Amino acid sequence: MTDLTTTYLGLNLKNPLVASASPLSKKVDTVRKLEDAGASAVVLYSLFEEQIVHESHKLSYFLDQANEPSRESNPYYPDLDHYNVGPDGYLEHIQKVKKAVSIPVIASLNGVTDSGWVEYAKNMEDAGADGLELNLYNIPTDLYLSSAEIENGYLDLIQRVRDEIKIPFAVKLSPFFTSLPYFARKAAEAGANGLVLYNRFYQPDLDVETLEVVPCLELSTSADMRLPLRWIAILYGRVEIDLALTSGVHTAVDAIKAVMAGSSVAMMASELVAKGPSRLGEILKDLGDWLEKYEYESIQQMKGSMSQRAVEDPAAFERGNYMKALQTFDHRLP
Amino acid sequence: MTRVMVTLDGNEAVANVAYRLSEVIAIYPITPSSPMGEFSDSYMAVNRPNLWGTIPTVVEMQSEGGAAGAVHGALQTGALTTTFTASQGLLLMIPNMFKIAGELTSTVFHVSARSLATQALSIFGDHSDVMATRSTGFAMLASRSVQEAQDIALIAQAATLESRVPFLHFFDGFRTSHEVNKIESLDDEDLRAMIDDELVREHRARALSPDHPMLRGSAQNPDVYFQGRETVNRFYLACPAIVQKAMDKFGALTGRHYHLFDYAGAPDAERVIVVMASGAETAEETANVLNQAGEKVGVLTVHLYRPFSMEAFVAALPATTRTIAVLDRTKEPGANGEPLYQDVVTAISEMMAQGATPFKSMPRIIGGRYGLSSKEFTPAMVKGVYDEMAKPQLRNHFTIGINDDVTHTSLEYDPNFSIEAGDVVRCLFFGLGSDGTVGANKNSIKIIGEETSNGAQGYFYYDSKKSGTVTVSHLRFGPRPIRSAYLISQASFVACHQFSFLERVDMTRFATPGGVFLLNSIYGPDDVWEHLPREVQTDILQKQLRFYVIDAYQVAAKTGMGGRVNTIMQTCFFAISGVLPRDEAIEQIKKSIKKTYGKRGEAVVQKNFDAVDQTLINLHEVKVPGAVTSTFGRRPAVPAAAPEFVQKVLGQMIAFDGDNLPVSAMPVDGTFPTSTARWEKRNIALEIPVWEPDLCIQCGKCAFVCPHAAIRQKVYDPALLKDAPPTFKSLDAKYKEFPGAKYSLQVAPEDCTGCTLCVDACPVKDKSHAGRKSLNMAPQPPLRESEAANWDFFFNLPEADRTAFSPTTIKNSQLLQPLFEFSGACSGCGETPYIRLISQLFGDRMVVANATGCSSIYGGNLPTTPWASNNQGRGPAWSNSLFEDNAEFGLGMRLTVDKQNEYARELVPAFAGALGDELVSALLQADQTTDAGIAAQRERVSRLKQRLAGVDDPRAKNLLSVADALVRKSVWIVGGDGWAYDIGYGGLDHVMASGRNVNILVLDTEVYSNTGGQASKSTPRAAVARFAMKGKSLPKKDLGMIAMSYGYVYVAKVAMGASDAQTLKAFLEADAYNGPSLIIAYSPCKEQGIDLEKGLQQQRLAVASGMEPLYRYNPALIDEGKNPLIIDSKDPSIPLEEFAYNETRYRMLLLSDEARAEMLMKEAKSDVQRRWSLYKQMAAIHYDGQGKPE
Repeated sequence: MTDLTTTYLGLNLKNPLVASASPLSKKVDTVRKLEDAGASAVVLYSLFEEQIVHESHKLSYFLDQANEPSRESNPYYPDLDHYNVGPDGYLEHIQKVKKAVSIPVIASLNGVTDSGWVEYAKNMEDAGADGLELNLYNIPTDLYLSSAEIENGYLDLIQRVRDEIKIPFAVKLSPFFTSLPYFARKAAEAGANGLVLYNRFYQPDLDVETLEVVPCLELSTSADMRLPLRWIAILYGRVEIDLALTSGVHTAVDAIKAVMAGSSVAMMASELVAKGPSRLGEILKDLGDWLEKYEYESIQQMKGSMSQRAVEDPAAFERGNYMKALQTFDHRLP
Repeated sequence: MTRVMVTLDGNEAVANVAYRLSEVIAIYPITPSSPMGEFSDSYMAVNRPNLWGTIPTVVEMQSEGGAAGAVHGALQTGALTTTFTASQGLLLMIPNMFKIAGELTSTVFHVSARSLATQALSIFGDHSDVMATRSTGFAMLASRSVQEAQDIALIAQAATLESRVPFLHFFDGFRTSHEVNKIESLDDEDLRAMIDDELVREHRARALSPDHPMLRGSAQNPDVYFQGRETVNRFYLACPAIVQKAMDKFGALTGRHYHLFDYAGAPDAERVIVVMASGAETAEETANVLNQAGEKVGVLTVHLYRPFSMEAFVAALPATTRTIAVLDRTKEPGANGEPLYQDVVTAISEMMAQGATPFKSMPRIIGGRYGLSSKEFTPAMVKGVYDEMAKPQLRNHFTIGINDDVTHTSLEYDPNFSIEAGDVVRCLFFGLGSDGTVGANKNSIKIIGEETSNGAQGYFYYDSKKSGTVTVSHLRFGPRPIRSAYLISQASFVACHQFSFLERVDMTRFATPGGVFLLNSIYGPDDVWEHLPREVQTDILQKQLRFYVIDAYQVAAKTGMGGRVNTIMQTCFFAISGVLPRDEAIEQIKKSIKKTYGKRGEAVVQKNFDAVDQTLINLHEVKVPGAVTSTFGRRPAVPAAAPEFVQKVLGQMIAFDGDNLPVSAMPVDGTFPTSTARWEKRNIALEIPVWEPDLCIQCGKCAFVCPHAAIRQKVYDPALLKDAPPTFKSLDAKYKEFPGAKYSLQVAPEDCTGCTLCVDACPVKDKSHAGRKSLNMAPQPPLRESEAANWDFFFNLPEADRTAFSPTTIKNSQLLQPLFEFSGACSGCGETPYIRLISQLFGDRMVVANATGCSSIYGGNLPTTPWASNNQGRGPAWSNSLFEDNAEFGLGMRLTVDKQNEYARELVPAFAGALGDELVSALLQADQTTDAGIAAQRERVSRLKQRLAGVDDPRAKNLLSVADALVRKSVWIVGGDGWAYDIGYGGLDHVMASGRNVNILVLDTEVYSNTGGQASKSTPRAAVARFAMKGKSLPKKDLGMIAMSYGYVYVAKVAMGASDAQTLKAFLEADAYNGPSLIIAYSPCKEQGIDLEKGLQQQRLAVASGMEPLYRYNPALIDEGKNPLIIDSKDPSIPLEEFAYNETRYRMLLLSDEARAEMLMKEAKSDVQRRWSLYKQMAAIHYDGQGKPE
């Protein structure tokens, strides 16, 4: 029997299939189903600092609006005992999930302010999370803000969180880094234990009939994993940091590719959202079968086997490959 | 023993006692008593036990009649039961009150006494309601202050248990029910000491039970009914002594001693005023001051009014009494005097006859009316009464406080007489309904009351509008308990929280010389002076006011407070007034911020803290120049062009000076002219829509959704443009009915409330700049003058000839003149667009029965009314009867219309000679299905009138008096869901069943909007409301389905924001259908917890989620062999949560109790699916062509 175990952020995992942050983890029951299906760890849905603040302001606004509206009415609403407008609901959820499952639970945080990042990270640690995933998510629109400033801000943040918490944490990045290896090295030096590639942005679409910008949420496809695959292959073995591939893992073969490139784990969300938690069990079985079929002894044996350092032609991950890919089209043109 | 001091209002003080002494509480919301029920419901929700350790059951009923029935039943089965009510609500309880008293049942009804609807409704306080219950057999105990209301609530309960006589405990609506005052609270031990459990058990033992069966409620006959009636006498005879015993026990317990009649004043007084409730506080304060000046006057406060103890009454009066003035806060037209007066006369006469008085001779007794509908009752008026009593000839049956220049009943008094103590600090704050001023002041008075040794009082005035409401907070504090039960007329601190008030409200007249005037101003200390009206500058200089400014808007914006300036202005008050050391005051404000906002999240607390800190930096004292320099004065209340009645009467009310209108100014029967709102330029929009003609497609959607009829379109002759103001915009009209005409869209800048719905509805976007629409919001001040001129020009352009086009499209419908305009409804109100629409479609032949509620308030609350008439003088005739009877009221109107039409038709043929056969035939056979047909009939009626004008025949004169009934009328019965689903449902059902041609419009906000958010049977499952604090656990009643079950009622469910075309179609069909029609119109309301500017979007979501399916059930289709039910909306396409969780009413439960929210939401989704499936199946039934389902 092939040894499927792996380690990620210092956590010993029974296999490399991890449920990525998604609405599936909002219910304890579903997390339990993911565990039952074989997930080796779960990344909980994200706590958004701006959502907390927004929810708090919004509630307050409407409760205020409901106050003293006219001479005939008292406040419209009874003043309820409490409102879960802070992080408490999320923190309670961590505790409930921890009680319900035995696999490691990784909490996910989208902060805004320096104090928010640090405070909520600490809260999550206190609530029992085995690890954290920090979503460094920023759409820079300021003409006068340089990429160096943005990256330095991220690194400061990593350092501050490292100083505050003891549990391991990964940073989940967007694909838009001019020099990812540099940043990956600096992130590791600042104290991050892992890099998760990549955060999937929900890119807005344009409705040409109504002339409106519309939010658009589409699930990934296997093709989406090429980008993180390349960069994991490039980074593997060169930076002292765990790597996790997320985006586009839909099959056992996808997971195998992730591991071969150097990823410690293959994270899945879209496939499970579309087909349910039990799909993870099918993929796990396929993974085991494949490894058996091709006589791999362990995941460890496979890990990084096709990273840039390990392949026959390292340039395949670099610019040369670009030309090669384009040239393949020459023969297909009508 | 040190007692806990609390600062609260009368309603809370009473509920706090009544709840603890009850097992069952059955209520129905009605102003001003609603908060008592709401407090009780809140206590129940947090599992607060009663005195016996069990949690009372609080139920909301469908009406006060229902509440009284439930109370009666609960009492008969042995529960300690109470209710809270007022006004018409109390009247609805009267039948049960007779029963409850006849059966000698212990209970206390707590009533915040309020005016009855007579020539007009009034929500304010007087004793008309309680006086109407005198004959029920209830004992009546009156309280005169917040402290007394609490204390006497307990005394009443103790007395009812011992006497078996039911009690009505009352106190003045608003003045006491809503006054915040610092009082000594009663703890459970006090209640324990006053209530004898043995009596409670006896109450239970008298109850109906199958374990010891008996019968109560028999029918009796002439042989014994009378005797049976007399059996209760001994209980009533014993009652006063029992009450006094309870009062004595209470006095020993608390040190507060009450008597059936409490005398205060000179022991040797010659002149004594007899009065009940809050007026007694003022009278007593005044008497004390007058006595200090050497007068010999006194006040007798009546506590126990029924049973009236003549012995105790006479014994309480000084033997020296020579003149008695009895003040009644009610009116009984045609009586020999008001009730208390008559009781006093009877008591004195009877006791004199028995020789049982200490008086040497019969005192002179006069009676008078005061304080109706919370009319101020001031020390000046008290002195006026005492002065009258000193005269040799007395004026009896007088009035005090008004100028009765018709029947000359009023007493003279000097309004400048004041007894305000020098050591009592008085403060006035002028705020806007939504800016948090009232809440902040309630908080301030709590801080002062609970953190200092001061006595403290707060009273809060609101004007009648629902948008742009002016609030005035009256705060007093000083070294003694505050007992002044009247508004502040002179204040050492006057604050204006909204700069725009300067141009229309005279605030500085209230400032005492040397006092403080605090202004929220966008202008800083160096340049604010030149922006003050002349009158304000003059007051500041003449009174040498210390003048402070703060730009609270800017501080609020900077600290994320939005439009809420409450915390900021509160901080200014404490910083300037010095009531507490500044640091301590700031600490207390922050403490209360933490307490109030803590559970809303740290971010909210922090922004308030920031606001406090920023305030101190931005508050400035103004160096006042030495002279008046302003070049402008305050604006007149109404424009000079307004009609005389508007100028002289309504204008004075608008200027907050209605108190000085004489009796002669008022219509004798409550009849007022319409078309008056257009003269009340409230100017409350910060931004208004600006039209971009180059993009406009003339679709009319903007006007269609406008809640205030403040954006309109017209088509007109291009030649008229020659007189247009320079900035007036126009386009070539795109109407095939009006070739060559011009088209304009125009906003009324001083009537628009800035709700933005028109911009949201505008479907056109600039192809090169998608953010620009044909309507875009822009700041109002720079546009005000030019657009006002444009509006005047536009308004005077001729209306389109309604016979020249069909109103079946949105764009055409909006060429019809709105005859409901500029109401005081909330900005973005979801109800008023429907009302405006019916006024356009049918207004010139429409009569409206309007249920009490939001629509009757913004429709009929003085000073002005939005109902209007057209240039021909025709328009909706509107009336409000009551809350509960509106459907029947409207049916009555229909019956008259039909009867008079029938009568006219009977008479017409008799005048064939004078009229001509052709006209007779045309009159009787007219097709009036279109506006053109109606116009033709009007012309025929006009000819009839001309031809019969000189005919000397009584039948001709009768025909002339009913001839207008030959023109088709449209009867509309309008009200909210509280009326249609709850209190008026029985009548509504009967009226629908009657088959008569009435049109019922239910403005469905799914909650009692006017009285403040109580659940109705329309409230959907999972939504939080008053009396559904944990989210409503049962689904919304399907009123439409019930109506459809008749098979002959036209039923439509509409949501204008989701489908304007379907809405229009439904209204036209309803009017056309010759039978009862019911339109249930989904109406966004801010009580749902949404921004009303999102109202249209939220309607779209409501429909898309299946929560509000759109349909029309037209029985006329059955005759065509078709299925009458047409579903107009598509299958639900979004999850219910996507609609619901945009609204605070749903979301707050999710935030508070996620598990319950999810459980209820799941069930709510199932409700939606089930209903949708049922409708689909109904709509799919195939009819056989004979009108029968196959």
